[in-house]
Amino acid sequence: MTYHKPVEPACPLPKMQGDTVQLAHGGGGRLMQNLIRDVFVRSFGDPLSTHLHDGATWPVSEGTVAFTTDSYVVQPLCFPGGDIGSLAVHGTVNDLAMCGARPLWLSAGFILEEGLSIATLQRVVDSMAQAARDAGVSIVTGDTKVVDKGKGDGIFINTAGIGVVPAGVIVGPRRIRPGDAILVSGDLGSHGIAVLSMREGLALAGNIVSDSAPVHRVVADLLAHDIEIHCLRDLTRGGLASALNEIAAVAGVGISVDERRIPVRDEVRGACELLGLDPLYVANEGRFAAFIPEAQAARAVAIMRGHGVANAAVRIGGVMGHESSGVVLKTVLGTHRVLDLLLGEQLPRIC
Amino acid sequence: MKYVDEFRDRDHAETLAKAITATATKPWTIMEVCGGQTHSIVRFGLDELLPKTVTLVHGPGCPVCVTPVALIDQAIRLASIPRVTLCTFGDMLRVPGSRQDLFAAKAGGGDVRIIYSPLDALRLAQALPNREIVCFAVGFETTAPAFAMAVQQAQSTGIKNFSLLVAHVLVPPAMEAMLSAPGCRVQGFLAAGHVCTVMGYEEYEPLAARYRVPIVVTGFEPVDILEGVLMAVAQLEEGRAVVENQYARSVHRLGNRQAQALVAAVFAPASRAWRGIGAIPLSGLTLNLTYAKFDAALRFQKELGDCDTEGIEDSTCQSGLILQGLCKPTDCEAFGTRCTPERPLGAPMVSSEGACAAYYRYRGHAMHEK
Repeated sequence: MTYHKPVEPACPLPKMQGDTVQLAHGGGGRLMQNLIRDVFVRSFGDPLSTHLHDGATWPVSEGTVAFTTDSYVVQPLCFPGGDIGSLAVHGTVNDLAMCGARPLWLSAGFILEEGLSIATLQRVVDSMAQAARDAGVSIVTGDTKVVDKGKGDGIFINTAGIGVVPAGVIVGPRRIRPGDAILVSGDLGSHGIAVLSMREGLALAGNIVSDSAPVHRVVADLLAHDIEIHCLRDLTRGGLASALNEIAAVAGVGISVDERRIPVRDEVRGACELLGLDPLYVANEGRFAAFIPEAQAARAVAIMRGHGVANAAVRIGGVMGHESSGVVLKTVLGTHRVLDLLLGEQLPRIC
Repeated sequence: MKYVDEFRDRDHAETLAKAITATATKPWTIMEVCGGQTHSIVRFGLDELLPKTVTLVHGPGCPVCVTPVALIDQAIRLASIPRVTLCTFGDMLRVPGSRQDLFAAKAGGGDVRIIYSPLDALRLAQALPNREIVCFAVGFETTAPAFAMAVQQAQSTGIKNFSLLVAHVLVPPAMEAMLSAPGCRVQGFLAAGHVCTVMGYEEYEPLAARYRVPIVVTGFEPVDILEGVLMAVAQLEEGRAVVENQYARSVHRLGNRQAQALVAAVFAPASRAWRGIGAIPLSGLTLNLTYAKFDAALRFQKELGDCDTEGIEDSTCQSGLILQGLCKPTDCEAFGTRCTPERPLGAPMVSSEGACAAYYRYRGHAMHEK
């Protein structure tokens, strides 16, 4: 399956009055009906959403329901390897996957800025629909609001997601045990650097493409092979370092990782060196960390590597005892240092 | 990754560390001048590899750290002028001024933008002809050529809504100020490789001779730094005091003549106050008479008129001593307690090249309790 499908710039335009979003498109009248019919339903095309009610209903099967929400405000709207639409699907699908859930349904809430071109909206919506089809989830309900020009940033999307965790599966930081192995599903930092280089117009060598992708099938495969997953965490904002710190704090354990084992592509490392950023804090949108009993670690890595989105999966470290805390990094020189939480976003350095 | 991995090679680093241990028969104190080197040392745990005989102390080479509070206050004041857009490198944003930082000025409605190069600010000036674009020109000799180029281009293309708030500082006068101060414990220097890439190292030769101190121009990767330490220790053990160049892959004795000419054409040396240290004669740059019309301090003289020329610094902050290598971040009683990246008392806690930030980030806050 192709995850990094480029957005087709030549998508057919819907028959709409005018070619930009107007305030009236959010006003509840005919224009809004047209927008929903011609853009959203046309692309999402789900039998449930054709009811156009305020919500969708669906029967539930056995297991536990997982529910999550996330908002997407990325700029630029389109970046190498994805766009805000595909990101809004992958992000929420992955949040569900990190609970051990099989993602089923998404909602899509759009906040559109007056003056946005309908063509841009259509591209994003088409990409979102394609991402949902690829991930095997349905977008079953949605909402659209239009804000005055200057009050938004083109498109903001909120997606909420519902999935089902199979009976008997419990995934979370409290299940982490001293001695667990820590795996990452692939190389780190590509998404953040792809977006940053696009946003800042940085002409970086190499073709850095976002890692944005759904990872739920990898998780399902691990569960299907009876891997006892203790905890999963997607490595989004704040990257690996922030995720490990949060988990160590909640689980009440120390974590040790080996810098030499953490995969980062040379292009990403180069860009980070240049900008003064640490790739371990850079955002990913298709990467996760898994805490697995040491005895199953090698088998889990092999299973993960069977999937395109996790073909560079690797063991990077382990969980220490409850007497330790925080995250310790063994450096490339074999010395040790703390891998701390950052205050906020990394700021590019001066020279 | 080429040009990086070979300079982070574990075996090479361990070989150098062993050579340093074998060479150093007496205790020696060596200062790495540049904050980038400090970060490498702490980030890669290089001091773990060094013998007890060799002590590294951290120098003043963090331009963000030494920018005086009064200039930060001026930048904040400029950002609050409705027609002004203030452009700055990212790591100036959290540096505390007398009352607030540039982040707070931005949150308060000021138009503050992060740039990667002074030429970005120039492009912004072209794109926004109705706004005054002021660029906070911070840095050592390394960043001065790019600012000089931006000013020259503004002049040649007739861009009038562009100006610099100049905070540029120079390394050799600061090294001399430290060497001539009573109580100086520095016996050898690792000079800043990037600064020397631009300026060369000719100007360090009189310093080495006059103060009988070895100066080794050194790079920023672990192997560079360990090699620099080894060269300095060898000189000290042999009783030599000359300038040597470890960073020969970037630095030539005469430096980058074109860049130097650019700086000389636009800037003139000026006395400057260093945060935490005080005034050092001819240790900074100012726009020369030809380009004075691009000086934001002159252009906005009226608006800056009642800006406090001294600035208020927190009295417990030890950054002055830390920047001169007279104490380590963990010697400061406020480190990790009253002074954290969230609530910094001084600039070294928030600058990406600050020594306190390096210790806090890579050693953890618990270090202080050790």
